[in-house]
Amino acid sequence: MRFRLKLLLGGLAAATIQLAFAESGSIGLPKTVQAGTAFSIQSRGSGKAILYIVGPGQVLERNVQLGETTPFPAGSLYNAGHYLVVLAIDLTTNTGSFDVVPADKPADLSFLAKPSRLPVGLHDGITGAVYVFDAYHNLITAPTPVSFELSTPSGTVQKRMVVTRYGAAWTEWDSTAQQGIDRFAARIGELSSTRIVGQVPGDPCGLTMSARQSGQQVHLTTEPVRDCSGNAVPDGTIVTFTETYSGAQSTVDVPLKRGIAEMQMPAHRGAMISVASGVVLGNQIRWEK
Amino acid sequence: MLKPILILCAVLAACSGFGIGQATVRVEPANLPGPRPLPEQTGTAAIRDYLQSWQSFRSAFELNRSDLLDPAFVGTARDKLTETIQQQAALGIRTRYQDRAHDLQIVFYSPDGLSIELTDKVDYDVEVLDSDKVKTAQHVRERYIIVLTPAEVRWRVRVFQAVPD
Repeated sequence: MRFRLKLLLGGLAAATIQLAFAESGSIGLPKTVQAGTAFSIQSRGSGKAILYIVGPGQVLERNVQLGETTPFPAGSLYNAGHYLVVLAIDLTTNTGSFDVVPADKPADLSFLAKPSRLPVGLHDGITGAVYVFDAYHNLITAPTPVSFELSTPSGTVQKRMVVTRYGAAWTEWDSTAQQGIDRFAARIGELSSTRIVGQVPGDPCGLTMSARQSGQQVHLTTEPVRDCSGNAVPDGTIVTFTETYSGAQSTVDVPLKRGIAEMQMPAHRGAMISVASGVVLGNQIRWEK
Repeated sequence: MLKPILILCAVLAACSGFGIGQATVRVEPANLPGPRPLPEQTGTAAIRDYLQSWQSFRSAFELNRSDLLDPAFVGTARDKLTETIQQQAALGIRTRYQDRAHDLQIVFYSPDGLSIELTDKVDYDVEVLDSDKVKTAQHVRERYIIVLTPAEVRWRVRVFQAVPD
């Protein structure tokens, strides 16, 4: 009985010592650390221990002297996320956790503008989305104002300020009436990212042709072909001439060259000649000569 | 008497241990400010692929094999996780992550359809192992921000970042 009591007291004493050790090895942690900044971890007690900082973003290990402050210089911990802290003292461990948050200052914009080429005058045709990152490529989730700027071929600049939500911001613009190159930029302070958007003429808005005699042929020529905003439709666009005579029909496709399409067809008295490009139908001529 | 107790403890430990049971998943209605409507099929696929990425993440970190990340992670997320696995391996430690519950919401679908962002209030257990000995085991509840981008046949995780609430 006396032996059992001694054993029990001995066990209690050992447990008390172990608790004291555990208590003495407790750690003082920051609640949050900004990515890349210096910080320190404090421990109590005496002796040596190994300190682990463990997270999906990084793992660090330090030999520490209990009772001292362990400094972590700037750049030690730079990936945002949740980190466990394990202070291993012989057979016991003390644990804690803290968060690493992204740096305040944006350093990188992931900017995607679409499309790279589109017709003029398209409503909400140009879109841009941006994700904002710090210097360590952590997504900055704090609301951050982003300036979107669209410089048009005419020299005008449209600006729009959008505040990020969960690190992302987006905008959309109409393509303007004038063909040419747009510069589409996302900007935060001095930081910017620019994409080029080509605005090309739209489909022909109307087609007008004229006809004249050329020997046994009729020579057909269109007026300069333009879109509905007045931009010249690009060379190579196909214009179709159709001649109908005595129930027979002949069709010829001609690419625009220097803004116009021209060709010759057999001159039949009473023939109907029409012109079209895409869905646009031009004028008709009845050849009476 | 001792032997049956040990066996019972082993069974209980195995049942409550890692890798048993699937995480519960709750998906809140999407909160999308963008102009592009999110097709239901796309949203479902993105969430399915994200949840599968936890399996890759878990295996890669438990086995210290960064190649297991490849099917599910890309870009920054893959680079950062790969670097961490290399650090773990160099220190001779492993980590065992087990997701227990996900509370998901899609918060952004880019106008070009090339990225989906979601938040996940995730409950998970994490064990830090040194030579197969568990140094610590903790339960964590943290909010993650995830950006997914489309690959050939699935969505891949490009940003995988815990943020404090």
